[in-house]
Order: sequence, then C-alpha cells, then structure tokens
Amino acid sequence: MPMDEVALDHAHDDHDHKPGFFTRWLFSTNHKDIGTLYLIFAMIAGVVGYTLSGLIRWELAQPGIGPMLWIQTQFFGLQGDDAILHAKHFYNTVITYHGLIMIFFMVMPALIGGFGNWFVPLMIGAPDMAFPRMNNISFWLTVAAFILACVSMSVPGNSAGNGFGGGWVLYPPLSSTTGHPGPAMDILILSLHTAGIASILGAINFIVTILNMRAPGMTMHKMPLFAWGVLVTAVLLLLSLPVLAAALTMLLTDRNFGSQFFNPAGGGDPIMFQHLFWFFGHPEVYIMILPAFGIISHIVSTFSKKPIFGYLGMAYAMVSIGVIGFVVWAHHMYTVGMNVDLKAYFVAATMVIAVPTGIKIFSWIATMWGGSIEFKVPMLWAIGFIFLFTVGGVTGVVLANAGIDHTLHDTYYVVAHFHYVLSLGAVFGLFAGWYYWFEKMFGIKYNGFLGGLHFWLMFVGSNVLFFPQHFLGLQGMPRRYIDYADGFATWHYWSSIGYAITMVATLVFFIGLAEAFIRRRKGVANPWGEGATTLEWTLPSPPPFHQYNELPHVTAKGGH
Amino acid sequence: MRHLFAAMSAALFAAPAFAAIPRDGALGFQPAATRIAERIHSFHTFLLWIIIPTTIFVLALLLWVIIFHNKRANPTPRKFSHNTLIEVIWTVVPALILVGIASQSFPNLYYQDVPPNLQTVQEKASKLLADGKSAQYESFVKEYNPDAAAKGFINVKAQGNQWNWTYTYPDIVDDAGYPLEFVSNPLQTGLSTDSKAGVRNLSVDYPMVVPAGRYVRYYTAAADVIHSFAVPSFGIKTDAVPGRLNEGWFLVDQPGVYYGQCSELCGVNHAFMPIEVRVVPQAQFDRWSQLMLAGDYDAALASVQAIASVEPASKFAAITK
Repeated sequence: MPMDEVALDHAHDDHDHKPGFFTRWLFSTNHKDIGTLYLIFAMIAGVVGYTLSGLIRWELAQPGIGPMLWIQTQFFGLQGDDAILHAKHFYNTVITYHGLIMIFFMVMPALIGGFGNWFVPLMIGAPDMAFPRMNNISFWLTVAAFILACVSMSVPGNSAGNGFGGGWVLYPPLSSTTGHPGPAMDILILSLHTAGIASILGAINFIVTILNMRAPGMTMHKMPLFAWGVLVTAVLLLLSLPVLAAALTMLLTDRNFGSQFFNPAGGGDPIMFQHLFWFFGHPEVYIMILPAFGIISHIVSTFSKKPIFGYLGMAYAMVSIGVIGFVVWAHHMYTVGMNVDLKAYFVAATMVIAVPTGIKIFSWIATMWGGSIEFKVPMLWAIGFIFLFTVGGVTGVVLANAGIDHTLHDTYYVVAHFHYVLSLGAVFGLFAGWYYWFEKMFGIKYNGFLGGLHFWLMFVGSNVLFFPQHFLGLQGMPRRYIDYADGFATWHYWSSIGYAITMVATLVFFIGLAEAFIRRRKGVANPWGEGATTLEWTLPSPPPFHQYNELPHVTAKGGH
Repeated sequence: MRHLFAAMSAALFAAPAFAAIPRDGALGFQPAATRIAERIHSFHTFLLWIIIPTTIFVLALLLWVIIFHNKRANPTPRKFSHNTLIEVIWTVVPALILVGIASQSFPNLYYQDVPPNLQTVQEKASKLLADGKSAQYESFVKEYNPDAAAKGFINVKAQGNQWNWTYTYPDIVDDAGYPLEFVSNPLQTGLSTDSKAGVRNLSVDYPMVVPAGRYVRYYTAAADVIHSFAVPSFGIKTDAVPGRLNEGWFLVDQPGVYYGQCSELCGVNHAFMPIEVRVVPQAQFDRWSQLMLAGDYDAALASVQAIASVEPASKFAAITK
C-alpha cells in the first residue's frame, strides 16, 4: 500500500522506555527483541550444525575412516578397534544432530521465530504479537530444547558411545532400546517435545496475531505475502507437530514403560512410526520453505520496483502447497513394502505439488519482467534462491516417481535434492531476508561488498558441495555412510572442496556482521526506495520499542 | 583362509564376466543388469529431457530479466501485476507435463513392483508366436523372458542383521528338509585387521548366488533393526523390516558379479554390510548349491569364483533372431 495513504506512526522517542538489560532480554515480551533473540540463537545453533556438517565433509573427503578416528584417539583417549567402533558411532551421531539442529534450531527459529516475530507485526500494522508473554515462553523453551539436544549428544547412546546415532528420522527399532538403550535417546525425545511445544505455542501466537491484529483496512487479500507464508507455516506447525509428539511419546513409552507400539514381537509395527513421523516430517519441509517464499516475494518486488505479479495466485499457491503437503508423506517410504496402488497414489499426489511451486517460480520472474532491477545484496540472494530452488524442485519431480525412487531412495541423490531445497533454498531465503531487513532491524548499514562476496562464495561453494552428490546418488552411494567404496572417491572429494568454499563464505558473513556493528553507519527508514511498499518501511530504522501507537489505516486502493 | 581369498580375488579380476561396481567420477547410473534397471534408466533419461530444459528455461528467463530489465536498461519500471492468460498457461502446461510423466511413471512402477505371473508370461509368448505376431513378440520379450518363466521362480530370502546378511533358499533343501541358509559377512569393516581381498567395502565372504536367466523372487526380513536390501545395477531396493516379509523380483541375463550396500541406517556398521550377488549359469548354480548344502563352503565359494559366460539356448530366441 502506498505510504502516503497510511497514517504513519512516527517514533516517539520521548516515550520509548526500554526496560533494563535483564528485564529486556530475559523476560522479554517485545516482539522485536524476541525476534532478535531468536536470530542470535539461530546463529549460535547454526554454527554448531554447520560445524557438524564440516565433520561430515572432512570425514568423507577421502575413503577410509580418518578424522572421526583421529577425534576418538586425540580427544577421548581411545585406542585400536575400540576407537574405530566409537568413531563409527560418532559419525552417525554427527549426521543425526546436524539434521536435527539445522531443522529445529537453525532454520525454524531464524525464519519463523526471528523474521516472523520481527516482521509479521510490523507488516500487518500490529503493535506486537497477540500473546507477548507466550512469545517469551516459546523462545526460552526453544533454548531449553537446544540445551537438551546438546546434553543428549554427550550422554551414553549405546555401547559404541555417546549420543543418538539413528538419523534425524529416529526410526525404531534403532531408536528403541534395541538400537540405543542409553539415555541419549530419551533426552533427545524430551528435547524434541520441548521444541515442539515451543513451536506449537509460537504457531498459535502467529495465527491469532495474523487473524485478529491486522491494521484497519488490511484485509487478508491485502496482507503482505510474508505474513501469508508465516500464517500457512503456523497452521502446518499446529496440525503436524502434535502427530510428532504422539509418535515421540509412543516411542518414549516403548522405551521405558513396556508398551509395544513399534515392537513387532509385541504386536506393534515399526512402519507405523514412519507413517506418523512423515505425517509431521513432510509438512515440516514446507514449514522450512514457506516463510522463505514470502521473503523472496518481497525482495523481488522491492528491487524490481514493481508490485508482486499475481498476488492472489502467490498466496493461494502457498495455501495449496500447505494443504497438499499433508497428503504426500509416504513418498518418503516408497521402499518400506507398501502396496503398489498406495505408492501410485503418493506418486500422483506428490507430483501435483510441482504445479503451485511452478506458479511461484514463474510469478517471481514475471514480477521482475519489465522491472527496473537493482542488484543489491538481498536481490542477489533472491535470484540465487529462485534458480537453485528450481534445480532442487526438478530433482524432486524425479524422486516423486516411486519407480525411480526405488533406486535413488536413501542415496546421495536424495541428499543433494533436499539440500538444494533447504540448504540452497531455505538458507538462501534466510540470508536474503537477513540483508533485506538488516538495516531495518539494527538501524545500521551492512557492507555491500562483503555482502556480495558472501553471496558469490556461498553460491559457488554450495553448488560445488551439493551438485556432485547427484552423481554419487545415481551411482548408488548410500546415505549415512562413514566410509564408501573407492569408486565414489572423486565426487566426495569435490563435495568437500565445496564445503571449504562455504567455510570462507561463512567467515565473510561474520566479518560483514562485525564490520557493520563496529562501523555503525547510520541507517535510514527506507534504504530501498520506491519498491519497498510494505508497512515496516514506514517506520524509522530501528523501529521504536513500541510501534503503531496509533494504528495505520490501509486504504482500499493500492497494491500489495 | 585369507590366502584363499587372495587367490580368489585374482581369479575374480581375471574372469571375463560382467561386474557392476561404482565407477569413479561417473555421472550416471551403474550399467543396467536387469529389465527393471533398463526401464528405470530409460525413464530417467526421459525425465532428464524434461527437467534439464525446464531448468535451462528458468535460467534463460532469469538471465533475460537480469540483462534487459535492470535499472540501466529499463529505468522506468512497468506497473502491471496481472495477466490471466499467462497465469493459466503456467498452471496448465506444467500440469500437462506432469500427466506425461505419470503416463511413463505408473507402468514403470507396476512393472517393477508386481512380480510377473510366469504362467501368463509363457502363455502370452506362445500365443504371440502361434499367431505369427513377431513384432509384438519382440517387444514382449524385451520386458519378459518366456524361457525363464518356464523354469519358475528361484526364491531367496535376505535377512538383515546387525551387521551382515543371512541368505535362505527355501526351495533348496537337504535330506533332512532344512533349507540352504548361510550368513554373508563383509570382508572389510573399517578395522586395521581387515582383509585386503576383494573390492574394498563391497565384497563379502560368502556371496548370494543366483542363476542367470532365471526369475528371482527375493524376500527381505530383519532380525533386529531396519535394513534395506539394495543392488543399484538391478534397480532394486527393498527395506528389511522386523516383523515383516517384503518381496521383490529381478531377472539377470548376464552372468557376473553385482554389488549393493545396506540402504537404511542400521547402526554402527551400517556402511559395512555390503551385498554381493554372483549371477552364474544354471549348472554352476546347481553345483554351488549342492556344495553349500553339503557344508563345503570353501569349495562352493571356489566354484563360483570364475563365472562362465553363457549363450542363451532358447526355443524362443531362435525365432527372434
């Protein structure tokens, strides 16, 4: 909506009473402060998850068991075959916690907790979230969950060492007492329960905020697409996480109280866990990408200086992705021994998702078409996102076909696919949002050269890292292997080289962050000019501690 | 014992038979050894003809707007935000492409997922021949093998254990009625004491052996946690789940050595429970199974080290040539 038609709320610095440090950051009820806390938390968790992926690539750079064994002998004082046994288990725990931390403690907190908290109220013209204190609980439960996950890493999993080494999917019987009798798995269940509660509370908060607290005149069909993305995400969270919680609770009682939900000897079925898990797990992948979709829409529109093309189509594409996301879960389970007709159904349902995803890709390009594009740093990440998400999308169409998935399931082709949509999709969306809103959030300017360098290094590095994994998968390289046949060596080596490039990129990111906070170049309310039309740009940078003391009015006319 | 393996591995590489192992630097699939894998490969090629042009199309559009719709080339942005026709096109065209993909995908899925009815295969082949429909017959034998169908299924059960495979041949029984059953251990498990024989991380002590040119129906089961029985060159992968008996099928014409690996995370030695399948001519298979039944494992193993190639002697093949 055009700015001149919005009743602006200028900062009332004289009324801008910020509480003291502890009250402000530990007992925070301010959506912007909680958003900042989430972003800092996601950065810390992201460094942990990224370090774990570094261990994976270090180990796989060459055939044989090397670095994992070195860690066992150097840091844990183990020798000989015992060290090798522990090294193998250690590798399994590394891949497990890499996945869990990146999903639950990096991408979700950053996109939903961080940007969602910061910008949903600002964009819809609300003074804060609907339940500010619940917002605080959500955040600190997430921190508690992360601490529990770290504790879980360092207590006994099974006879081969500490931590749970059964993959982020937690399939029993490997996750039941058969595979991991130690407390690591119980604590991990507690961690995920806690993270789940945090997310459910956050989801309720977002849904209520978006449905009830939009500024006067802002109908659902005038709401910014990022808010749409977060709304759909929140509904997915609300509906899918209880199913995960149920599965985890059943697993917990199987482990501790003698129930037999997933134990065939007692009449249970391990496959039932997989159905429950993926009923949560598939919506989860859309939970990670939908907020990024929203961010990309705003960036593309802003830097093309054009309104979003096909706004309604974009919003309802996200809604339909969310709906279809609930009826495709068993495409993760084509090899478990399902009935062939059931597989055929899941093939068809899964491929349908390509249609709304295609609508989004083409609408972004149509938004740029005829525009006057400025290639500022956020736009670089957004364009990179669109292309790389397309690559990840088309390999998704390949994997949707059960006939081919019988060969590619649980190979590096799948690893390449989901890292293209998550590591190069969600994470590129994350960095795009970071540079887009950096000045708004912190009131200072980032260094454009370092931002651009960060993008190009990351773009090259992550492609060198993940593209060869398609070749490995086609050749039959299975996932979650600490050591592989010699015929896989070349592409694994290149994949690790790609990781090294992303390490430089990550270093540049932190240098850029430090540079911005040391130099403190003063930011302006709207650095992007005419293209930035959403409400957050009407506020000063950083926005006042409490904004919209008088609610902005959105008039009937105007774009989105 | 170890010397035996060394000698055998020398024999292995000397043998002219086909071997499917991961090839360093390769970009695509391992060579197809079954009709299932052939169909997967051609379907995948078909998909590449869709996904690569799609990706290039998106890239071209992006480059177009980057070059021609940037601030310098186009200082005044246009303001349109709707075009119903183009929105309908980019909804309908992808949907039609997906229908095209599905038309290939479903036959492929049903072909590999449903074990063929061997009686029907024979009857249909005979009928096509009797009616003189040689064109249809030729396309039929690309997917089915009437000679093999006449001989019935070879049944093998592969049971995943932490961390090896137990193979059971329920139809090959000794005098007391016990089926042929043995455990297949990896030669390497990442330890310093590992054998240097065989193909590293892929070879086993006692491989699964099946006859060439026969329909094989395999069952998977698991003793402890979930494993997955997979051979890439066969195009098969079936999870081995405790409490379940899953099944699948394959038919390999070309004798040789084919390797696979456990494909569901199963604990510490997940990377070290490979699958080695030796496909040998029927006579060699019969000798191997008798030696195994007699308990002479080493002699049985020696009997399948060199794999003879075999010309299919077919009453059907003669006609197709």
